[in-house]
Amino acid sequence: MSEALLTVSGLGKRFGGFVALADIELEVRKGERLGLIGPNGSGKSTLVNCLCGTLRNDAGSVRFNGRLLDGLKAHERTRLGMARSFQLPRPFGTLTLAENLRIPILYVVQVRGAVHDIDARCHALLDMVGLADKAHQLPIDLTQIEMRKLELARAMAAEPSLLIADEAMAGLSHHEVDDILALLMRLNQQQGVTIIMIEHIMRAVMQFSQRLVVLVAGRKIADGAPADIVRQEDVVAAYLGS
Amino acid sequence: MRNPVFILLLTVAAALVFGAAKLIDNAYVFFAGYVVLQYIVLSTGWNILGGYTGYVNFGTAAFFAMGAYSTVVLHKLVPELPLPAMMVVGGMVSGIIGLATGYLTLRLRGTFFSIATLAMSVVVQTLITNWSFVGGSRGAYIVRPATTDYLDIDYIEYLFLLMLALSVIAVAVARAIEKSRLGYGFATIRDDELAAEASGVPTLKLKLLATALSGGFMGMAGAPLPYYVTYLDPASGFSLSYAVNTIAMPLIGGTASWLGPVIGAILLGTLQQVATVTISSALSLLIVGLMLVGFVILAPNGIIGWFSPKRRT
Repeated sequence: MSEALLTVSGLGKRFGGFVALADIELEVRKGERLGLIGPNGSGKSTLVNCLCGTLRNDAGSVRFNGRLLDGLKAHERTRLGMARSFQLPRPFGTLTLAENLRIPILYVVQVRGAVHDIDARCHALLDMVGLADKAHQLPIDLTQIEMRKLELARAMAAEPSLLIADEAMAGLSHHEVDDILALLMRLNQQQGVTIIMIEHIMRAVMQFSQRLVVLVAGRKIADGAPADIVRQEDVVAAYLGS
Repeated sequence: MRNPVFILLLTVAAALVFGAAKLIDNAYVFFAGYVVLQYIVLSTGWNILGGYTGYVNFGTAAFFAMGAYSTVVLHKLVPELPLPAMMVVGGMVSGIIGLATGYLTLRLRGTFFSIATLAMSVVVQTLITNWSFVGGSRGAYIVRPATTDYLDIDYIEYLFLLMLALSVIAVAVARAIEKSRLGYGFATIRDDELAAEASGVPTLKLKLLATALSGGFMGMAGAPLPYYVTYLDPASGFSLSYAVNTIAMPLIGGTASWLGPVIGAILLGTLQQVATVTISSALSLLIVGLMLVGFVILAPNGIIGWFSPKRRT
């Protein structure tokens, strides 16, 4: 097994008296495809927000690529190679698709080293997600699935080593789910991007993940091979009731 | 168009404006033109924060008046200091106030930020009103020299020329920002700050830069004011009409590009000057109100919105 890319230890987050996350231990290895599941309100998105720096965790620590992330702001974490897509797509509404992708290139990739042909890069990224012919349109003209693809393309524009896809497929049709799934698979296998997939669509999660982590009420209750996890009694109970 | 070419063209245009004003050979043209130019600087400065990053600032009067009062202070302490230097100091004072305001209030979003800037304006006005060194509520008198040592022209022509130069600088800076990395960063703040951070944009740093730049230009626009009006009191320096006009002009012209505030300032500023002479000075605020209502209906994205290829909603 290759070395750990992301190590979360003892992570906790409270909102007032409500414990959103407690004692989360998690390790993700380089090149891995991890599925993160759990019922609504189990803390999946809160965990993502703590990992990405949108929220501050109250306890524990996050280590990424051998570096302690505590106290770093969201944009600093993105620059270190952690990218995310949002659960509800959040495109830059007044910028064209090509300009949307330009932002991470200007603010992340260019900070690491000079980029020569930014336009070509934007175009290649749009091509990857099949939106090349809409490069000069505004996000408002896109359909739901195109919006998700733009969201993923923008995350990929930052050339991350870890991509966190927060419900990238929610609300999509069977065929569209396959589309996004194939895209994520390509990113993982051809570009070696480590991917954490947060998803409710079990078919997609089972097909995609090499390992599954289950959150219930802010705690990790299972971690292991997908086929074993879905048979585990407490996981079934959390989803279906005991 | 590349920036140096644009600056050259802008300078030529400014020279033509000055030449034309000289040809008309009427001091009033310079008096009225000065106000229009002052509004070009104010609305261009406002637009850097309000248009590019989307933070609507109601405190224009405070930044503007702080520039003016810096000049009052400098006039008392070092009267021999040339006016351009005073403008730089005024710009720095207002820039620092912008930075401080930004740091204190940028955690507030939308309307709450706007209300905070309005409150800041009231606080600063109260401080100035109670500071007797700059005249307090009685105001300060400044005798306008007949001419200047540097150029053989009337002093009002000198003021006009300075404001013209400042307009060129402000517009050139605004345009350079717009299509730069910084401009794209500002646009992401306007659209979605969370997504901006996730895309690597240091939002707080950029917002502080925008408030400082915006405040700085407003302060520089205000610095020559005491020499223009020769009597400055808090009520006129902090007049709400500066804030209202400065918001109305970019909205009428269009906030998405550097050209919008310029068009808005020239259009509305000229109209107000004409109305002041031909009808009454009280009419100018009515004009602003009516124009705003009209443009909200006819051109929600400003005049440049009519010509913009991109659909903005």
